[in-house]
Amino acid sequence: MQSEKQSNSLTRQVIQSISDASLVPFLAILTAVVVGGVIIAFVGGDPLLAYRGLIQGSFGSTKALSETAVWATPYIFAGLAVALAFKGGLFNIGAEGQLAVGAVASSLIGYALPEWLGYDLPAIIHLPLAIIFGILMGGLWAGIVGWLKAYTGGHEVINTIMMNYIALNTTSFLLNGVMKDRSPTNVIARTPLIADSARIPPLFEGLRVHWGFILALLVAFLIWWLLNKTTLGFQIRTVGLNPDAAKYAGINVKRIIILTMVLSGMLAGMAGTIEVTGLNYRHELGFSIGYGYDAIAIALLGKSHPLGVVLSAFLFAAMRNGATRMQFLTQMPVDLISMLQAFILLFVAADAIVRYIYRIKSKGERVVLTRGWGG
Amino acid sequence: MTEANIVLEAKNITKQFPGVLANDRVNFDLRKGEIHALLGENGAGKSTLMNLIYGLHLPDKGEIFVNGKPIEIKSPNDSIAAGIGMVHQHFMLIPVFTVAENVMLGDEVTKRGSLDRATVAAKINEISKQYGLDVDPNALVGDLPVGLQQRVEIVKTLYRNAEIVILDEPTAVLTPQEAEDLFRIMHDLTARGVSIIFITHKLKEVLAVADRITVMRAGHVVNTVPPSETNEAQLANMMVGRQVILTVEKKDHQASGDILKVENLFVRDQRGLETIHNVSFTVRGGEILGIAGVQGNGQTELSEAITGLRAVQSGKVLIDEQDLTDKSPRFMTAAGLAHIPEDRQRHGLVLSYSVADNMALCDYYRPPFSNRGVIQQKALDENARNLISAFDVRTPSPFVNAGKLSGGNQQKVIVARELSRENVKLVIANQPTRGLDVGSIEYIHSEIIKMRDRGVAVLLISAELDEIMALSDRIVVMYRGQIVATVETKQATREQLGLWMAGAHVETA
Amino acid sequence: MDWKRFGFIALIIIVLFGTVVMIGQVKQPPILIITSMLATTIAVATPLTLGALSGVYCERAGVVNIGIEGMMLTAAFFGWLGAIYMFNVFGRDAGLSIALGVFFAILSGLLMALLHAVLSITFKVDQIIGGTVINILAVGLTGFLNRQLFFGKGSVFGGSVPGSPGVLPTIHIPLTEIFTPICGASASCLQNLIAINRVFDQKPIAISAILLVFFSHYVLFNTRWGLRTRAVGEHPKAADTVGINVVKMRYLNVLIGGMFAGLAGAYFTIESVPSFEPLLTNGRGFISLAAMIFGNWTPIGAWAASLVFGASQALLINMQIFRDVIPPQWSFLQESYIVGLTPYILTMFILTGIIGKTTPPAADGVPYEK
Repeated sequence: MQSEKQSNSLTRQVIQSISDASLVPFLAILTAVVVGGVIIAFVGGDPLLAYRGLIQGSFGSTKALSETAVWATPYIFAGLAVALAFKGGLFNIGAEGQLAVGAVASSLIGYALPEWLGYDLPAIIHLPLAIIFGILMGGLWAGIVGWLKAYTGGHEVINTIMMNYIALNTTSFLLNGVMKDRSPTNVIARTPLIADSARIPPLFEGLRVHWGFILALLVAFLIWWLLNKTTLGFQIRTVGLNPDAAKYAGINVKRIIILTMVLSGMLAGMAGTIEVTGLNYRHELGFSIGYGYDAIAIALLGKSHPLGVVLSAFLFAAMRNGATRMQFLTQMPVDLISMLQAFILLFVAADAIVRYIYRIKSKGERVVLTRGWGG
Repeated sequence: MTEANIVLEAKNITKQFPGVLANDRVNFDLRKGEIHALLGENGAGKSTLMNLIYGLHLPDKGEIFVNGKPIEIKSPNDSIAAGIGMVHQHFMLIPVFTVAENVMLGDEVTKRGSLDRATVAAKINEISKQYGLDVDPNALVGDLPVGLQQRVEIVKTLYRNAEIVILDEPTAVLTPQEAEDLFRIMHDLTARGVSIIFITHKLKEVLAVADRITVMRAGHVVNTVPPSETNEAQLANMMVGRQVILTVEKKDHQASGDILKVENLFVRDQRGLETIHNVSFTVRGGEILGIAGVQGNGQTELSEAITGLRAVQSGKVLIDEQDLTDKSPRFMTAAGLAHIPEDRQRHGLVLSYSVADNMALCDYYRPPFSNRGVIQQKALDENARNLISAFDVRTPSPFVNAGKLSGGNQQKVIVARELSRENVKLVIANQPTRGLDVGSIEYIHSEIIKMRDRGVAVLLISAELDEIMALSDRIVVMYRGQIVATVETKQATREQLGLWMAGAHVETA
Repeated sequence: MDWKRFGFIALIIIVLFGTVVMIGQVKQPPILIITSMLATTIAVATPLTLGALSGVYCERAGVVNIGIEGMMLTAAFFGWLGAIYMFNVFGRDAGLSIALGVFFAILSGLLMALLHAVLSITFKVDQIIGGTVINILAVGLTGFLNRQLFFGKGSVFGGSVPGSPGVLPTIHIPLTEIFTPICGASASCLQNLIAINRVFDQKPIAISAILLVFFSHYVLFNTRWGLRTRAVGEHPKAADTVGINVVKMRYLNVLIGGMFAGLAGAYFTIESVPSFEPLLTNGRGFISLAAMIFGNWTPIGAWAASLVFGASQALLINMQIFRDVIPPQWSFLQESYIVGLTPYILTMFILTGIIGKTTPPAADGVPYEK
């Protein structure tokens, strides 16, 4: 009896805490939808029809669902990348660049490795190699910024953005040069197709959703476990919440900063890798643009909690996926989605506004990322 | 004295902060030309009352009268206009501004749109002369010692023609001699018709300088008495609400071998300036060595260098003959160091972590708290339950965030964590009781003495000379990053220590 | 601003100029190359200078502003849109339309700054997150409106981008006319004079940016406004205790910063090239922040640092001009993607603090709690 009662109240507590945590994000989405609707009406569209298009396009059929999952896969990885960095007190605005270098690296392994070796590799070796190489490049790209932060104080916000532009320039250089798809009909900056042995198989015949989606969910669980159940996670969170206390507690703060950035970059690199190996089978210039900001929005909406990240990645995926149907129905440009997302982010980041509108009392503590510029 | 002499009166002031009734129907009045002391322990509501009078907060209820007229004080502008000036406990000065810029801020003199620094400097010199406050208007405030910074604060109020000056804990940062000098300035001011509210928790000072004493406790005014009709014990009783033992009881100490040895230490601060010059001392097992000194004379850097939080330029730190110079805090802890840091919220705790997590903050990585990199939550909780009962931490549960506890209980969490470690050989306690209530102070003092009686070496750093004198077996005095004197407590006097704290060099005893 | 820092700035500018002179001298005399590099440097440094000034005002008052990029982008769009609207829809003449375009740019910068102020000062949102929201909102808003207003159903422009009223004119400073007598009959002297004159012949926003640098420096360090602004950014509580309204000072400075960012945005679409494309600011808002940091939060220092970035962009432009005479051993200079990395790498290098540590205002980024 006693224990049953206890477990009952525990369940209730868990439900209570989940509903507490998701209340503000939910209201933020609601508010953004209303604001978005007003804007649609303002520019001469029909908000209800637009939103109906969005929902039909994202959940209306098996194919639509599959496509939503396809969109969600890189979003989950990129969102986790930003969320993990947030937990460590770091703001990774550079998911976009890390994603791009990860994608370039795995494309290279995917199409060029068999050529260099002179023979085909079995998938069991080739695919992991392509994925690992992409992850490592992402980790390296962010790790540089982490190192600069730890040892020189150079602020990661500006540095990750600079690394985005460096990645963009370098990728342009490579995709217009040595890595360009040389097939006679090609005029755009893209790599050749990767070998079959470096491709992730689809989950179901005839649908584009692939095993990378399952991998994304597993990695989300893994990150949750890492953050909350391991000493490494304890160190990352302590450094994030109070670096002075972390140093006092004997944590090697510099090492943790670098490690957090590397892990974050690896997750972002994974997002790029998964798109190359699971979906597009090549990397194309410009593909990565916008992912960095989407990832920030997803991490903030998910309150940096892995489960929250998965859910908000789904929401963003659904919006991106449904946008085409919406455009077809209402002639609203797809860019509307970007603006809608910006409003969601606005109301989530500024949860004080949402609390103010809906008169909700604040409970948790505030995120603190602004700790001066170092310099 | 007649009613007409009352320059300031606060009637029925009530102020509620979340969770605390900081002022509950408080009445207070100030007569022209008097020094009216406001006495109470930390958290009694003294500063709240003064912040209400100064306009930094708005009262929920009550009225304030200046020269018999009711006035509404909505911001410091209103109080300044009414002739009220305040010297805050934490100075409201901008270190990168000059004295003149600090003084004129908010009441600037301009000439054709430009700041007129020369006119302000002349006015400051005039005020300086008049009241014997020697300050250079062109000096950068950040370069001045705290004693002079305090004078800048007083000049700031006089520049605004204040007739009522509130001094909030002004002696906390001064040597006994500097405090004497401040009292002289206070008397000069009252002789010229300025009225002073003097906030403090130090009984001796109150009896020495005040014309009247008002005691506050837990948001209430307990009583107002003239110093001639009371004594220290009675005041302490009013402050705390029970009998207080004014001296710390401790047995004679039996010191054993050297535990901490600091040899020729040189340390720099974050600006790269050398703040510790050639410091050497030892602490033996079973003794408490107190480091006395005005704050800002290198105590922070010294304790950070010894505990591994700050790089050492040159010199050595040895614990139990083991060279631990520039080793990480983790290494130090393993070698037997327990560290009660100066700033408990910045270094000692992660406020948004639970009490249980905070109690394992330095030991999370080893068994029983960790098993191959995985946190063992059960061990963490059990540890917390044990420490909460052993160290009498008042918390609803081990899972409450440390930030929700009172200052005294937060400090107990740190003390429990540090002193309960089984291998402790050396305790470094930096300002262990700053800002705490009397009950917590007594408790922490007794825990420190318990450690000493167990044969542990204790290094106590405090800006409170009384605390140093009450706890220490030996005292070293720091001045500008150097040790200027070492003395057995039994042979030390307040006056002598004060002279050393002000920089008078002597042969080490 | 210490000499080490100015020395570094001078060194980098000399290296960048020297590279161009060495490559280009087979085609043009050095004096012409140097003056044209200088003219380009000053012109392209304009948005960076204004962006850095925007940062200086905000951060001196204690509000970190990483939303400068977004404010610039928004202003670039609305300035351009405003000019086109005035010109095509309301039929105003070109000059007035352009002037109103600048006004709309500044206004939209101001409104974005108002949002940042509301978020960071009133609602005490973490200021870096607040700035990021501004940046993301700017991308979404300009992207959406750019497409919807020109190509959307019921667009007044009916699916095509109409002609723009043009760009701001160059202001000629008559140095040549004044100094011609000194040259006498020497043709080369006159040629050099004309070349030097070209450095000073800038457009209105570029000129006002330089004037605003010195004006801001004076305001910040010698006026009541400046003293109070810095006080609020260093120690807001101290400012509060002497009766300064911290919230008001912070709001006004952020709004001023927004107007500077708005003017920077106007540079792109009203002074430089009369067209808009999504993401056209290309990270320059962030580079301005680096310039502000390297300039130690002073207007003149930030300007000097902006010139370094301007010079690195001028290098990129000139490498395209001299593309055919780049010697083979320097062939990497032909790659615009590689040369284009210079400002980004410079930014990261500067932020390491190797050239000297800088000190931000003590309360920069900290919301004020009474």
